[in-house]
Amino acid sequence: MGLLTLSSPHTHGPNSTSKVMATVILATLPGLAVITALFGWGTFINVLLASATAVASEAAILSIRKRPLAFFLKDNTALLTGVLIGLALPPFAPFWITLVATAFAIVFAKQLYGGMGNNPFNPAMVGYALVLVSFPVQMTTSWALSTQMSGQATLGFADTLQVIFAGSASLADGFSGATPLDAYKHLIAKGTADSVLAEATFNGWLNGGWEWVNLAFLAGGLVLIWRRIISWHIPLAMLVSLSLCSLMLGWDEDMYTPLSLHLLSGATMLGAFFIATDPVSASTTPRGKLIYGAGIGILLYVIRTWGAYPDAVAFAVLLMNFAAPFIDAYTQPRTYGHAKAKRGLPPKQR
Amino acid sequence: MATKSLRDISLDGLWHNNPALVQLLGLCPLLAVTGSVVNALGLGLATMMVLVGSNFSVSLIRNHVPDAVRLPAFVMIIASFTTVAELVMQAFTYELYEVLGIFIPLIVTNCAILGRADAFACKNPIIPSVVDGFTMALGFTIVLIILGAMREILGQGVIFSDMQLLFGPAAASWKIELVKDYPDFLFAILPPGAFMAMGLLIALKNIIDDKLKEKAEAQKAPVEAGSKRVRVTGKIS
Repeated sequence: MGLLTLSSPHTHGPNSTSKVMATVILATLPGLAVITALFGWGTFINVLLASATAVASEAAILSIRKRPLAFFLKDNTALLTGVLIGLALPPFAPFWITLVATAFAIVFAKQLYGGMGNNPFNPAMVGYALVLVSFPVQMTTSWALSTQMSGQATLGFADTLQVIFAGSASLADGFSGATPLDAYKHLIAKGTADSVLAEATFNGWLNGGWEWVNLAFLAGGLVLIWRRIISWHIPLAMLVSLSLCSLMLGWDEDMYTPLSLHLLSGATMLGAFFIATDPVSASTTPRGKLIYGAGIGILLYVIRTWGAYPDAVAFAVLLMNFAAPFIDAYTQPRTYGHAKAKRGLPPKQR
Repeated sequence: MATKSLRDISLDGLWHNNPALVQLLGLCPLLAVTGSVVNALGLGLATMMVLVGSNFSVSLIRNHVPDAVRLPAFVMIIASFTTVAELVMQAFTYELYEVLGIFIPLIVTNCAILGRADAFACKNPIIPSVVDGFTMALGFTIVLIILGAMREILGQGVIFSDMQLLFGPAAASWKIELVKDYPDFLFAILPPGAFMAMGLLIALKNIIDDKLKEKAEAQKAPVEAGSKRVRVTGKIS
């Protein structure tokens, strides 16, 4: 019997880019399901719209760049970018915001830098930051209220479609409003924690449904860690540094947003497990990942507390993307067999 | 230097050595005031006035200024012309002057102007210097206007708004609304949009240059059959 002799290693990794990205997309589904159940169909429609736009713009720019279409399209990275943008955008965002954000993310933030694996910034967050900076009104008033907060059932599928494509003029009052994170920051300036909670926006319920969304993304993220698709370093460092900042600087909930709102509201968990861990734009060394994640956590707290924007995941991640190559250069691990790690920039580039 | 024909000088200024697209000089005003066509045109005209005037004067005194003090002398000349441009704008287009604000006096620091004075005007006679100044400024202005148009269309969905600031009340009706109820696209109005539009313009110029090069290569005479191959190995000393 002719045994085929191969040199080691004899096991091989079953993961391809395509499979990894598909798993990440699957892991976002619990979060998407919870959002849809609590906040209505808006985000679901956005995800579909953004995914379609992402794949279409990827195909368009690949053909302009004369790259093989099928090879790059089936790696699912464009699809994931689309899904993340869809999840990040407000549910009632007008359709053109989704189109602009996604097309910009794929064409400018990803393909103009050289395509998959060459983008220094997280494409989804570049797209999100673009529309957040450009259309502040639509981006802050298009958030849906959860069923419990508005006290009425969420909009039906057809009504939501109409709001997204025909404009918010057709939207009845009481369906959209500021997010709890945004509202708390503004209301706490004039009151105490108890008085803020009693306001109509909160209805006595701090997180307003967002805690379930975040727990669902946390669950999806833990699956990713279990499947070894992401490592624990970035999410843990980010959540720990955010908590520490909140406990040390913002312990007084009569003055600052409390820790529970920081951790379980807004895009915290989506950011920690799905956005900050982008293998291309994040730091890659183990120690670097800890620094990178901690930096995002600190920036997240700083921008949320003293900045003008309702949430800060996009800006925090983009700012740390800037720093990632630098962090990597100074956190190189020691190579086995070498006495010292080679840290810092190579002499030529100095 | 004197062998350069006026046509070459003009082509250099407008295309091959365009101050905005190739030399990347004067980027600060270029990016800051190109929010609309009228701002771009206003700054472009002011720059043109200064550049033509400074090239003319520098060329005039080129044989009388010692090398050691040439730069201070050039800067003095440029500053004088900038003051003139500023006063002219105050006299005739005061509102536009208010809009452009600090960027009119800042023309003094526009490297494109000092660059032309030092690289061209101080080594060439008057006529080529004036032509160089005019075409360089024209190339700069055209890029400014294209950028302004791009950002005005993308940012506000209109073009040629507020032209009355430069051309009198009759021009108020030149404004064309391209899209009804256009939501202001702040990114295009803010400076980052200018960087991006600028990058796209430079890319476009490089594409056109590449295409032209390809064409020129294709038009070269093909190698005649039977001609001998030249050995290319080894170094030709």
